[in-house]
Amino acid sequence: MKAHLTRRYTLSASHRLHSDEMSAEENRATYGKCNNPYGHGHNYVIEITVSGQVDPQTGMVCNLVDLDGFAHKHILERYDHQNLNLLPEFAEAVPTTENLCISIYEIVNRGFDKAHLEKVRIEETMLNSFEYAGEESLVDGR
Amino acid sequence: MVYLTRKAEFAAAHYYHNPAFTPEENLRLFGKCNNPNGHGHNYTLEVTVKGAVDPKSGFVVDLKQLKDVMNREVLDALDHRFLNKEVPEFFTQIPTTENIAIAIWQRLAPKLTTAKLHRVRVYETPDLFVDFYGEP
Repeated sequence: MKAHLTRRYTLSASHRLHSDEMSAEENRATYGKCNNPYGHGHNYVIEITVSGQVDPQTGMVCNLVDLDGFAHKHILERYDHQNLNLLPEFAEAVPTTENLCISIYEIVNRGFDKAHLEKVRIEETMLNSFEYAGEESLVDGR
Repeated sequence: MVYLTRKAEFAAAHYYHNPAFTPEENLRLFGKCNNPNGHGHNYTLEVTVKGAVDPKSGFVVDLKQLKDVMNREVLDALDHRFLNKEVPEFFTQIPTTENIAIAIWQRLAPKLTTAKLHRVRVYETPDLFVDFYGEP
């Protein structure tokens, strides 16, 4: 039987939304407060959903220890308590939560081989959330 | 098609152990969850059904009926139980969140007549949940 397992992690990071392709006025108009040159921060909630057959020997899609170990090493150590703008993936891309979602999806998709990655969902605040499931669109609201 | 979700909570004890493995393997695989005396969680269950809205009642499903089925088939059997010792599915299967979601699906699916079961979601903690869509 195939099941989906979702695990939530929290990380805190700062960012500033600013695009070099726009003038100072355009940046302010587009990003508002988020364009503050000194940056600001969020407590991000990262939700990783993986799927696979439930192993009859263990009752698991994948061992949580493996998923947690991967997430700590490759996501939390990379992003937690960092300024996102200083990371190489945001040297050119604006560190919006859309782009953070895609970056984290790519890291898990490339590196985690114990289960199939379904999607990454990020809550930037309690009111804003973003989901990325690769280029294929989400099916049936999942 | 409209999707309707009903939540419920249950508290239960469990432990993870596969008698086919040695004690060392069990401990390595399942860690703290292997403690034979069990430990417990406050589980949150979300049952999502789907269907067309009945033009007369405006309902996908009569929520009272859904609630009754959930109480009878799931909560009465699982709430305040030691899953390994008291729930037949887990005499032979490990009561992981995955297997709990599957067991709940199998208990509910045949009893839901008006709306079709779409998803069973079981939260073991607020930061860990499993979705089962009835997929083989």
